[in-house]
Amino acid sequence: MAPAFKLLRWPALYLLYPAGITQEQFAPMPDSLPPDSVGLVTPRTLHFSEPLPLACGQSLPEYDLVIETYGELNAEASNAVLICHALSGHHHAAGFHEMSDRKPGWWDSCIGPGKPIDTNHFYVVSLNNLGGCHGSTGPTSTNPATGKCYGPDFPVITVKDWVSSQAALADRLGIQCWAAVVGGSLGGMQALQWSLTFPDRLRHAVVIASTPRLTAQNIAFNEVARQAITSDPEFYEGRYQEHNATPRHGLTLARMVGHITYLSDASMGEKFGRDMREQAYKFGYDAEFQVESYLRYQGERFSESFDANTYLLMTKALDYFDPAYDADNNLAAALSQAQCEFLVLSFSTDWRFTPARSEELVKAMIAARRKVSYAEIDAPWGHDAFLIPTPRYIDAFSAYMKRVAREVGA
Amino acid sequence: MRADLEIIEKWIQPNSHVLDLGCGDGTLLDYLQRERQATGFGLEINPEHITTCMGRGVCVIEQDMDEQGLGNFENQSFDVVLMTQALQAVRRPDVVLDEMLRLGRECIVTFPNFAYWRLRWYLMRNGRMPESETLPYKWYNTPNIHLCTFNDFEALCYRKNIKIKNRTVVDGEHRYRWFNRLWPNMLGQIAIYRITR
Repeated sequence: MAPAFKLLRWPALYLLYPAGITQEQFAPMPDSLPPDSVGLVTPRTLHFSEPLPLACGQSLPEYDLVIETYGELNAEASNAVLICHALSGHHHAAGFHEMSDRKPGWWDSCIGPGKPIDTNHFYVVSLNNLGGCHGSTGPTSTNPATGKCYGPDFPVITVKDWVSSQAALADRLGIQCWAAVVGGSLGGMQALQWSLTFPDRLRHAVVIASTPRLTAQNIAFNEVARQAITSDPEFYEGRYQEHNATPRHGLTLARMVGHITYLSDASMGEKFGRDMREQAYKFGYDAEFQVESYLRYQGERFSESFDANTYLLMTKALDYFDPAYDADNNLAAALSQAQCEFLVLSFSTDWRFTPARSEELVKAMIAARRKVSYAEIDAPWGHDAFLIPTPRYIDAFSAYMKRVAREVGA
Repeated sequence: MRADLEIIEKWIQPNSHVLDLGCGDGTLLDYLQRERQATGFGLEINPEHITTCMGRGVCVIEQDMDEQGLGNFENQSFDVVLMTQALQAVRRPDVVLDEMLRLGRECIVTFPNFAYWRLRWYLMRNGRMPESETLPYKWYNTPNIHLCTFNDFEALCYRKNIKIKNRTVVDGEHRYRWFNRLWPNMLGQIAIYRITR
């Protein structure tokens, strides 16, 4: 199997690493980049000195956002598309930072020339959200009030707060109205929140593999992840940086349990089955099954590159997201303020945010008489399917985005 | 534009909110949106059709009404509910009719007439289940599991207290012909009914 294909089949691998981390299994450095890639890209950091009021009551006096952009903004500034990332994502959504990068950005399957979010037509903006650990202001940043890193004092950020910061970003880039705001999973929640907070600042919201609110089971998984982190002796109440420590073990466990929820029983079964590293049982407690060593490996790699406080914050943002809450738990009433058109996509084997969750969202949109299209894509990859270019997914997504491009004259 | 769709279009008031059950590639909804400023949704299960709808700006919902029902739509939430050439393919046409009238003030239904003289002749001459251009399937692989005649449909409407506001009968190519109207249940191939409660 070609290495590139291997990557596509295991998108979780994809999400794990910030660019630049090398792995033996990937192909050696290419001489040229694929023709449907946005090519070499450079992130940039924008500083915002206006305070940002937050849902928790606090406010951020100033902050940085790291972004990448692909394609060209047209003269009317009508062709801009905002990409919102999921739990462990970041600004590097497409292309390569250096020729020596072994893999492209996390959503390269969908962003680029001729891809669903076609950079020949759209100006694509991707950012690392506040509270993240890839350059935007977050728990690892310095608190201007104390001169020390924020750590656990960094305020809990909600999806609404992210959308407010993204609106400030849009202002800075001269974008009054997005052609589309697009996201998968937690990113889809941001797209949905955009339609409610700034109804006149987007034409389309694309909500993929997402949900209008977490279920008790979703929250339960997040709680296990948080407990894994906070019970690590190296956590020091979140002040591990001051103690020159890292709650690596807790973060590893958190990622292992999260990772299971991103895959499906079928896709794990196909990849690992009951395969063992050695033939005979050892009657011990080391990793004997391939799936065990895979999870340990993924968890450990993740713990080397991700911040524990950011992980806590992201899971909390997921838990709190509930646009119906402000409308007496009536999602349709909440959605009645939206003006944009919606595309909602779900995946048949996604058990983290099942098709039923998307259908609940679509039902409320229909009741609110919003314009919505919905498809359930048959794909075996579980929640991670939104990162994998399944033909039907790409066809539907492309058809919709082509129409958006026509509409905005891109 | 297919002739039957043109007839349907005339029955739809401007700015209507429309639900099209089995909307295909969205031709009718697209037309109604442009010519009648209609809004609304199409239901479809064919992936290619769904993609086509998305590409042309027709709101399409992937939903199998036979499997999932129509419970996600609210009572009287549409001006018109349409179903073209699908009534004979659902598991319970009577239940679907009730559901359509629950959702819409008015419904438009089209279906093929199993009492068309050629089908009657086919059955009488061959003693085999009729096949025709409109119904090109074998008895064992046909999606049309509930074929009926115009008279059957009208009897059902009578039993259910459904009012028939209009009926138009066309031929297999959806053309208006004088002889279709002469003796519809014998000479008509496809009927377009406009019904309400």
